[in-house]
Amino acid sequence: MKYAFSFLAVLALVLIAWLGSMIPGMQYLFGVAIPYLAILIFLGGFVYRVVQWAKSPVPFSIPTTCGQGKSLDFIKQDKLDCPTKTSEVVARMFLEIFAFRSLFRNTKSELHEGPKITYESSRWLWLAALLFHYSFLVIIIRHMRLFLNPVPQWLQFLDFLDAGAMLQVGAPLLYASDLAILAGILFLFGRRLVNRNVRYISLANDYFPLFLIFAIAATGILMRYFLRTDIDIINIKELLVGLVTLSPVINAEIGSIFYIHVFLVSALLIYFPFSKLMHMGGVFMSPTRNMANDSRAKRHINPWNDPSIKPHSYAGYEDEFREFMVDAGIPVEKELPPKKDEE
Amino acid sequence: MALAKLEQLSKSVVQGPSLATGAVPTKDWMETPAIFKEGNFAYPAKQEKVEYLDSQDGLSFPNARIWSPDEDDWKLPENWQETILKGLQERLDKFRSLKIFMDCCVRCGACADKCHFFLGTGDPKNMPVLRAELLRSVYRNDFTLAGKLFGKMAGGREMTVGVLKEWFMYSYQCTECRRCSVFCPYGIDTAEVTMMLRELLHLVGIGINWILEPASNSNRTGNHMGLQPHTFKDNVDFLAEDVETLTGVKINHSFNRKGAEVLFITPSADVFAEPGLYTAMGYLALFEQIGLDYTWSTYASEGGNFGLFTNNELMKKLNAKMFAEAKRLGVKYIIGGECGHMWRVVHQYMDTMNGPADFMEVPRSPITGTVFENARSTKMIHISEFTADLIKHGKIKLDPSRNKHVKATFHDSCNTARAMGLMDEPRYILDHVVPDWVEMPENTIREQTFCCGSGTGLNTDEIMELRMRAGLPRANAVKHVIDKHDVNMLSCVCAIDRATLSSLMGYWNPGCDVCGVSELVGNALVMDNEKRAMGYDAEGNESELPDGLRTMV
Repeated sequence: MKYAFSFLAVLALVLIAWLGSMIPGMQYLFGVAIPYLAILIFLGGFVYRVVQWAKSPVPFSIPTTCGQGKSLDFIKQDKLDCPTKTSEVVARMFLEIFAFRSLFRNTKSELHEGPKITYESSRWLWLAALLFHYSFLVIIIRHMRLFLNPVPQWLQFLDFLDAGAMLQVGAPLLYASDLAILAGILFLFGRRLVNRNVRYISLANDYFPLFLIFAIAATGILMRYFLRTDIDIINIKELLVGLVTLSPVINAEIGSIFYIHVFLVSALLIYFPFSKLMHMGGVFMSPTRNMANDSRAKRHINPWNDPSIKPHSYAGYEDEFREFMVDAGIPVEKELPPKKDEE
Repeated sequence: MALAKLEQLSKSVVQGPSLATGAVPTKDWMETPAIFKEGNFAYPAKQEKVEYLDSQDGLSFPNARIWSPDEDDWKLPENWQETILKGLQERLDKFRSLKIFMDCCVRCGACADKCHFFLGTGDPKNMPVLRAELLRSVYRNDFTLAGKLFGKMAGGREMTVGVLKEWFMYSYQCTECRRCSVFCPYGIDTAEVTMMLRELLHLVGIGINWILEPASNSNRTGNHMGLQPHTFKDNVDFLAEDVETLTGVKINHSFNRKGAEVLFITPSADVFAEPGLYTAMGYLALFEQIGLDYTWSTYASEGGNFGLFTNNELMKKLNAKMFAEAKRLGVKYIIGGECGHMWRVVHQYMDTMNGPADFMEVPRSPITGTVFENARSTKMIHISEFTADLIKHGKIKLDPSRNKHVKATFHDSCNTARAMGLMDEPRYILDHVVPDWVEMPENTIREQTFCCGSGTGLNTDEIMELRMRAGLPRANAVKHVIDKHDVNMLSCVCAIDRATLSSLMGYWNPGCDVCGVSELVGNALVMDNEKRAMGYDAEGNESELPDGLRTMV
């Protein structure tokens, strides 16, 4: 049900763009106004969310230590998983962000008769996540050639690599990243359906971005390989360069598929800051990963620490138990009052 | 509720219909209410304990009353919903971790089968991700734009009594062990979520007795067992006499002594119950042999901190005794005994909450001269760090053959492993005090260690089946090395473990004992002028201390 709803939502977006862009005069809305708005919302929203996070302090030093900490000279510290220096924290974060290191640890547990529980390494999710994120990144970067005129050398080279990585199948060249992102999305989606744990926890919010990104990739591929006209690409580039230089023009008719593609990308940009996709920013700020494990060596400051919270005082404690303490020979601060002779 | 027979539970864990065994619930989790029945909840806190805590300066434990989770009416204050939402807002503003963890989860499910509670119960809401969703759904509904616009469609739901009951059930089926956070690609730590849930519940008077009674004891008497100063002293004296009987060496120890070099603080369970008693005897023997100038304190007689399981304020208040007492006695630094969550607090919270401890000196071993730079600011070192350093410098004589009755394995406690990084110090000690020991499988030790299943104040008898289920992954790993290597001793550096693993082994792996690493140190320690008592070993032959400090004479 949840995926059906998300699927329909993406379908609705496609229809809106398709039908809308065919209405004369609406091309500016779909080709210029909405993309600008989307970029603004994306940037503004992203910054807003990060600032909101940053406004809350990190009151305690709570790194998750995943290896031996720094202690005695002869005990070998695991500098990556239990960092104490900033450089070590940076290395830990780098591998977390660029190699998804925690996901690399993933295991699959199974219950067997006995009972017996077994654990085995399970790296499919890690692999699919890498495939998905890196192909997405490459696609975004190589799209820059549509916005830049002239196209820088390095970008041409990246484009060449991406296309050259595959055997040429007709013209135009087939991008490796196109296949990779589709494979990645299909795995991530399939996993949500097949893995019973993940299926049970998945929300509409989890399916929606998958469908949306799939639709973006699919419309992009359609445009490039199947619904392509050379006139389109020239006009598209003119529009996109115009967008970047803040002087957008739509000179000639561009196929609907382009407006659908752009509208879906705009939808993704708008959706991004208000969704779980913000993990992109959050991963940098996660206190269990980006802090050094040095909380006994260096005092971490909590801005809202309340100095008025005091322990139940020793004086109060001794007052309550003084007699017992004296009897037991435990030293006290205040001696017992002299006993009055009982008469 | 009587505990299920081993065969029954063994079958139920594997075959009983649960998400872990492959039976996917047909109903969405939001439509599945938490149902309380005898045996699946820890008893609520006694009214007078809540009243006592509420009356203490700096603490707030409102709505003391008699109530029970299995009754419909939880006697909540009229404006409970507002209190909870306001409390949540306040915590979002105070903890970046909470905000990030609410916003960043992508529900990839990497954490799902990492939780010992999920593996043992198969309850979907024990998947860490879903435990967090219990709170996240409310957060979305009331604190995010998407939730305000789309409500349930965006995974939001209103804060209802049903949700509150769910929070209670599942924040007390989490031991804040942080295993899930090792595997999370964003480091989302369910311990943080559970801590927040428990804090929020306390705002409306929902808490369990097994936590709040020890917490109030700790506040009043200095230790969670509620031992008054003379009783605490008697217990330690008694252990010292036992050590003398066994080793022939008189133990010189002191209490609340001003001017001692070191203040020693350990969980009070170590001086109260087996098998912790033997660990405490190990400390006494070791400190005597090296002639450490140290004192016990009856005022700061608890290493553990039940505040950690309730809220920040109580954690801080209970912890503050350590520095206060160190200052009053004028010691140079503190040595802490073997304990898991105590060390979470000492390592990650103490200095921030109650420092700076500038009235003490950077810890320096008087025996080896080693300066413990890693504790430069907090001025408190772990007994394993201290002991490992002694061994490295050859300052104590150890005869591992004195532990020949022991075939040990080592259990990393959650907190020392994942919230401190203390893993190899106890292993180094083991290498020198036992003839041989073995590791459990790699996915169950070090940063991947499994909780005993009863941490964070859940080691109460009324939820024994839950505890045995949650402890199964740990017990199962121990069974593996019992079958393969004839292990007969599960060693650890945690007082809660010593109590809870004993029940766990008794249930799943009878015949396997539990001990603290310092007990094994005490066993192996060759003392000056010792005259070791005779006992009978398993074969009935007379020999010197055949069971180490456990020998009956």
